[in-house]
Amino acid sequence: MKNIMKLWFCLLAIVLSSTLVEAGENKRKISVLYLRIAAPERPVLSNLDPTPDNLGRAGAELAVADNNTTGGFMGYRFAMELIDLDEGDLAGARDALHASDAPFVLLDMSAEQMLTLVDESEARLFFNMRSYDDSLRGADCRASLLHTLPSYAMRADALMQFVLKKRWDKLALVSGNTVEDGKFADALHNASRKFGLSFGKEEPWVLDGDLRRQAGAEVPLLTQKLGDYDVLFVADEQNDFARYLAYNTWLPRPILGGDGLRATGWSHVNEQWGAAQLQSRFHDLAGRNMQDIDYAAWVALRAVDEAYLRTNFANLDGIRSYLLDGIELAGFKGRPLSFRSWNGQMRQPVGLTHASALVAMAPLEGFLHARNELDSLGADAPESQCKAFGE
Amino acid sequence: MKLNTCLAALIALMPAAALSDEIWVSNEKSDTISVIDVDTLEVVKEYEVGERPRGILFSSDFKYLYICASDSDAVQVLDVEAGKIIHDLPSGEDPEQFALHPNGKLLYIANEDDAVTTVVDTETHHVIAQINVGVEPEGMAVSPDGKTTITTSETTNMAHWIDTETNTIYANTLVDARPRHAEFTTDGSKLWVSSEIGGTVAIFNTSDQSQIAKIAFEITGVHPDKVQPVGVELNADNSLAYVALGPSNHVAVVDTATYEVLDYVLVGRRVWHMAFSPDGTKLFTTNGVSGDVSVIDLATNKAIKSIKVGRFPWGAVARPTN
Repeated sequence: MKNIMKLWFCLLAIVLSSTLVEAGENKRKISVLYLRIAAPERPVLSNLDPTPDNLGRAGAELAVADNNTTGGFMGYRFAMELIDLDEGDLAGARDALHASDAPFVLLDMSAEQMLTLVDESEARLFFNMRSYDDSLRGADCRASLLHTLPSYAMRADALMQFVLKKRWDKLALVSGNTVEDGKFADALHNASRKFGLSFGKEEPWVLDGDLRRQAGAEVPLLTQKLGDYDVLFVADEQNDFARYLAYNTWLPRPILGGDGLRATGWSHVNEQWGAAQLQSRFHDLAGRNMQDIDYAAWVALRAVDEAYLRTNFANLDGIRSYLLDGIELAGFKGRPLSFRSWNGQMRQPVGLTHASALVAMAPLEGFLHARNELDSLGADAPESQCKAFGE
Repeated sequence: MKLNTCLAALIALMPAAALSDEIWVSNEKSDTISVIDVDTLEVVKEYEVGERPRGILFSSDFKYLYICASDSDAVQVLDVEAGKIIHDLPSGEDPEQFALHPNGKLLYIANEDDAVTTVVDTETHHVIAQINVGVEPEGMAVSPDGKTTITTSETTNMAHWIDTETNTIYANTLVDARPRHAEFTTDGSKLWVSSEIGGTVAIFNTSDQSQIAKIAFEITGVHPDKVQPVGVELNADNSLAYVALGPSNHVAVVDTATYEVLDYVLVGRRVWHMAFSPDGTKLFTTNGVSGDVSVIDLATNKAIKSIKVGRFPWGAVARPTN
């Protein structure tokens, strides 16, 4: 009897250990490639806020850690490869892509570089990690390129909902000279039309002196030319000159955009809806605040993880279908996140923040939509120029 | 003379007779606990406690209140009679919610920042075990027979089933996005888990962890995205469940036999958690954004009063006094 018991324990031990070995070795691996081509360096007036070297990548790293906690219970593991290339090294990116079998690729590069790589590649799912361009969600959309950053239009619509709600309807604009500033200014114009508002006077940014010394003398003169207005919009995507406008305008008026009230996919001042947890996890990992591109990377890989779990490890087509139709992702912004099936843009609230607090989370109350209030931000299905997502 | 004796006896009795049941509420953003008199529906006491108090519960004899002081990284013990905190228990980092083992001795604590569940002995003040769970553990429950502890993790979207004898996980069940709260039925046969972002409550059979039902909620005039279930409480005979629906500002009343929603009760803004009055006639809800507690009359399913408490009221627990 004793021997039989012993034998039984022995067998049990063998069964147990073999299951453990299996769990260790046969863990399903989910490969991710983070492909970055450095952005051209642009001198800005102030060096107070340098761009972190690991912008974006740190968010992806946190998502991999979060996903692998779940994976530890469910028998899978995310593995991410990081490729960091010099400005303009599209050939290097192409090589890296060919060498990788990762089905999920995060593209941290210019819109043009993204489109080139996406068009050359098959059977992968790409995520845009840098560009707010509306064209990427419109006429230049690609069926395998998804966007977790909000578009310029979504950010502009969020600001416009805010001024409409406040009844601050006399709008003025100062625009910077970069291509990005122009695109955001266009989005602001479109948004003003969408919500029945219009811009009064506008001025281009023409001052090129050292504003750190002259802002108090120059900015009042420039803004005096705008006449009377309720709010001053600033299109300055690099926060080059915008930081010198506050308190230096001719009229005492709020500033939106630029360094004033910002519309972003993520800000380190978000603390509601459990966001404080994500902020502190990110801070522990990266030693700095989480920015919108970090969040875009984090939420992209969280979405992939969620899609794998809910579809019971579907193939790439199955994952893509689930992302575009069905996912309800928790993203610390108070509403379930999903993707627009007509252009691959993540539906998400857009936070309006200043340096130390969240002011409002758009869509604001009262901006209704037949399908989903989140679709009151950015290009809606009927007006979308995107044809690649034929349903 | 006789009358005087009578009066004297009455006076002697009065303090005892005047004692009424209480609801204790943690105020996350004012670092206080408010005590509500169930009869007068007024705040009668307020205690200053550690930073960011959230989960609260009483020892089985109601002599001590345990408080998850999240930002103090401690579970504090408040002596109810003395009206002050007598000591801190080690809790692991950022304790958010906890559950007391039926033996009255072991506390199971969710450490939100660390992805662990900590087991603390309330008598020796020692940490007995730490169990790795999913990202952002929050909901905690111990089965009535004391054999299973549940931790739900918000970002991993799972309920982890922990064997209390070995302190290891024996099962993981996926639930909808961002699970917040777990509650066993009194007989231990079923487990209720709320999912805040998924907008649902799932009910599991505890013998094999299979899902029995999933309840969705629909409130006229409220966008489905805002219907975010958090707290779940079952009434004494377990015939009804009450589900706090967050920023929809409603509490759902659910028939536990059919899993149908019978009613939605309008309460204050962003309703988190709830506690029954000890006589079972009222339900008190903490409303985080409006900073008050709504009192629902359970005979009519109407909120009859809102009581101003501290900033961001979060947890609620009843204290019977006789």
